[in-house]
Parts: sequence; structure tokens; C-alpha cells
Amino acid sequence: MTTLRRLWGLGTGRFGILIVALVVITALVSLVWTPFDPGAVDARARWSDPSWPHVLGTDNSGRDIASLLMAGARTAVVVAVGAGVVASVLGIALAALGSLTARWIREGVAVLVDILIAFPVLIIAMMISAVWGGSLAVVIWSVGIGFGVNVARVTRPELRRVLHSDFVLAGRASGLSTGQNLTRHLLPNVAPVFIVQLSWGMAVAVLAEAGLSYLGFGAPVTQPSWGVLLSDLQAYIAVHPLTVVWPGLAITLTVLGLNLLGDALREAADPTLAERTPAARIPVPGVIA
Amino acid sequence: MIRYTLTRLGLLVLGLAVASVLIFVSLRVLPGDVAQLIAGAEASPEQVVALRTSLGLDAPLWTQYLDWIGGLVHGDLGTSLITGTSVAAELTDKARVTVPLAAMSLTVALLIGIPLGVLSALGRRRAAGTVLSVGAQALAAVPVVWAGMMLVVVFAVWLGWLPPQGFPRSGWNDPGAAARALVLPALTIGVVEGAMLLRFVRSATLQALGQDYVRTAAAKGLTRTRALLSHGLPNVGLSVITVLGLQIAGIIVGAVVIEQLFTLPGVGRMLVTDVASRDLPKVQGELLALTGFVLLVGFFVDLAHRLLDPRQREAS
Repeated sequence: MTTLRRLWGLGTGRFGILIVALVVITALVSLVWTPFDPGAVDARARWSDPSWPHVLGTDNSGRDIASLLMAGARTAVVVAVGAGVVASVLGIALAALGSLTARWIREGVAVLVDILIAFPVLIIAMMISAVWGGSLAVVIWSVGIGFGVNVARVTRPELRRVLHSDFVLAGRASGLSTGQNLTRHLLPNVAPVFIVQLSWGMAVAVLAEAGLSYLGFGAPVTQPSWGVLLSDLQAYIAVHPLTVVWPGLAITLTVLGLNLLGDALREAADPTLAERTPAARIPVPGVIA
Repeated sequence: MIRYTLTRLGLLVLGLAVASVLIFVSLRVLPGDVAQLIAGAEASPEQVVALRTSLGLDAPLWTQYLDWIGGLVHGDLGTSLITGTSVAAELTDKARVTVPLAAMSLTVALLIGIPLGVLSALGRRRAAGTVLSVGAQALAAVPVVWAGMMLVVVFAVWLGWLPPQGFPRSGWNDPGAAARALVLPALTIGVVEGAMLLRFVRSATLQALGQDYVRTAAAKGLTRTRALLSHGLPNVGLSVITVLGLQIAGIIVGAVVIEQLFTLPGVGRMLVTDVASRDLPKVQGELLALTGFVLLVGFFVDLAHRLLDPRQREAS
């Protein structure tokens, strides 16, 4: 509870929570209500300027941009959560393999992670979509794999540090089973590092969705998505330059919210964390799309 | 140093091996019947069989892999299924656009990231420092495609200073036009990467400012800025080198997207086209060339860091 309160007390934390909540709520609301049907074509209302009832205007086939953005939030949430789940499972599995097993497996996993970290998410996405074609699953898997490796790289030393700490030894000495020790001592101590990484990973997922959907390897064109909307509107950029502002702003705000949330979590969860994992967000730019 | 170089070289070779196996497995083994995939659903069984034989796909997998690697050693990255041209030749041709684009982007990123990063750390209690830091935080959240579109709107549509997209047909025979075509794309990648670099340089500078040797220099009579410039900056420079590899990887990835946006005939656009048309042998060669390049950059960056840092040089 105190962590949450400290998080809310930080300006960046509050901003991050509000933005993420806004996106999630918008996505949920869009399931039952949007001002217009996001797919509805209206030839008479092509390219209306922002005005009532089309608050943000319409595109070349008369679709309401505000409704498209609301429905696009759904795709962003699905991708972020999906990639988060894949990255968590893979990251924890690799970190556990890299710290709890026999020495030669441990070292082998560490070297493998060091190698895999050099693979940009975009390359992984290309590998997957060359075989199976583009889809949202490509985005989820490529970001999940790429970021899972990253999670492993940051979580593994933390796990090892805690593993060799006195309180884990004391726990073992006082008769805790491995499972009890894991849930009572290991997980709570590793969780902050892990959650911070996850928050940044989800930001990368939203960015990658935009980039990959723009390239045609992400969401199918029929699905409302910010990335697809960007590439739809790009063709008319010379005539209607202002329409591309909206989907870009939606992506930027969401990514900024998740990034700041991660920064603030790092500060709120454990003041010493920032020293142990300095500038952890910077070493990831190889993954942007 | 020699021992370190050899160990690091070993890691590089291992990395290349892992990369080649991963790429081979995901493009040759996982799809199941590659010949069927390439030929398409309408192909007759005879066509599929013919294609399988002509591609050597009927050989055991490990012979296929060794054949591929054997070709790589001789500089043969494979041939395109669709055009029949050599992948290596086409890569060198397209690199004429991508390499200058990447170099220009890196220059922009360094010119933005380093001076502004130091400034924002020095002025962190003043308005300018805050503005820089908030601006960099926001820019780091901007999708590269959208940054490119916004720059096109301002510099090509409104001001009309630069071409909105395309690359001159005559290529570098007309250096002026070619360079002009690369300005907006390089600016796009450079600004977004520069914002990330700025944040990194800022935190490295703040760290240096807190060091004892900077405080000592200040106590001996230097101003805080002079102390930082003469004693702190070499250390900031060292940490910049460590992220340089990631920056270059980021620029390559950015180029894939940006070449598409600006319709530049570079390596990235070729890769996107080939993935879309499922030219698997070609994609295989291109992906290995790209990851190989990223791994190689990482190798040289690590060596440079080791060479330049006197503490590490003595340790080894």
C-alpha cells in the first residue's frame, strides 16, 4: 500500500497512472459505446473538419476519427498485455534458469541472454511474419520475446543477489521450504525490478504495434488500430496534414504514460533500486519500431 | 587486452552462430513445407516437387544448413527466388542509400544528444534544464513514423524546403539531390535517437557531477562547469560509447521504417518488400547480414571502450 501511495505522490507516477487508466477505460468503453461506428463509411461526411458531431473530424471515407481512436485503444491494450504476459513468462523462466540451476546451465543461459539481447524486436518480427504473415500475434510474440530477454538480463542479477542474502539463508535455517522461501523472500524482493521492466516493455509494445502495423506486419487493415490509422492517413498528408496528428498523439501519450509509470515505480518501490540498475531504460533503444 | 579481445571475438563468433541457427530454424524448419509455402496454395504437386529439388530442400536439414554457411564463408548470401539476383550484390547496391542515411542520422543524434544532455544536467535547477529534460522524455515516446510525418508536414508541405519523399533516379551521380532526399529521413531518425541519447548523457553527467574528483577540482578553485568539462566529461564520453552500439542498432531499425515512409531504395525497404512477398532465401540472407552487422558493431564498441578506459586497460 505504501508503495502505491508513494507512487501517487510522485508527479510522474500520478501522470503515468492517469494516462494508463484513461487508455484502459477508453478501451473498455469502446466495447459498448463509441460516438460513431468506427468502421462505418459515410460518403457525405468525407474529411469533415473537427466539429460537432465529429469532434476530431473524419477520414477519406467519412469514418469518425474519434471513434477510430477509441477502438484503437483496444488494440493497444491487447498488444501491451499480451506482450507483457509473454515477456514475463519468458523473462522469469530465463532468469530462474540462469540463477537457480547447475553452474554450467546458469553460465550457458547468461551467455545466451547476452547474445539474444542484440536481436532487435523488428528483426524478430520480420522472422515471424516472413513465415506466418503479419498479424497482431506477430507484434505480441516479437515484443514479448525481445523484452523477455531484457527482463531476464535485469532480473537475473537481482535474483542472484537476493538468493545469496542473509535473510534467505536465515529463512532456510529456520525451516522454510524452498517454495515458502520463494514466495516470502525471493519474489517480493525481485518484483520491483521486474514490474518496472514490464511497464517499459509495454511502452515498447505500443510503439512496436504502431511501427509494425504501419509496415503491414501488425494489425490487419480492417482492425481499428493507431498504427493502421497512421498509415491510412499518411497517403493524404499533403492535403489533410492535421488528421495524422491525432493517432500519433494517442500513441505518444500512451507510451509516455507507461514510461513515466515505470520511472516512478522504480523510484517508489525501492529507493536503492535506481542505483543498482542505473539508466535501465536507455539500453533498450534497439527495440523501437 | 589480447586475452580480452580473443574472448570477445569468441563471443562474437558464438553470437553469429546462434543467430544463423535461429534464422535458419525459423525460416526453414518451423514453416513445415517451405516449397509449398513459396509456391502458394494453387501450385500443383509436381510444381512443388520441382521447386523443392531446385532449392535443395530435399536434402537433410543439416546439409542445407552447412551449404548455407559454406556459401556465407565465400561471401555468398544466397539468391532471390523472385528475381534470381544475388543477395550480396543487391545488399551492397542498397547500402549506398542506407549507409549514408545511418551516418547522417548518427551525426544528428550525437549533435543533439551530447551537448544538450550536458546542458540539461548542468541547468537541472533552471528552466532550460527542465524544458530539455521534459522535451527529451516526450520525444522518446514518439513513434518514429509519426515524427517523420510531422517533419514532412512542416518542411515539405508547408515550407516546401525539402522533397516529401523519394530518391533521385540517378542516385549519387547527382550528389546534391541525393543528399537533399536524405535530409528529412536522417533528421527524423536523428531527433528521436538523439532524444534517447540526451537522457542517457544527462544521467551520466549528473553522476559525474557527484563524483569526488569533480568536487575536489571545484574545491581547488575551478568553477563547477570547468571542473566538469576537464575532469568529468572523459567519463561521460566513456559511458556514451557503451550506448553507441545500441544507438546504431536503433538507427538501423529506424531506417527500416523510415525508408518505407520516405520511399527510399535502401536495405530496410528491400527487407520489408521481401518479407511481404515471402522471398524466404533472400530474407534469410538479409536478416543474417543485418544481425551480423549489429553484433559486429557491438564487438567494436566493446573493444573501443576497453581501449579508451585506462582502468580497464590495466585490469586486463
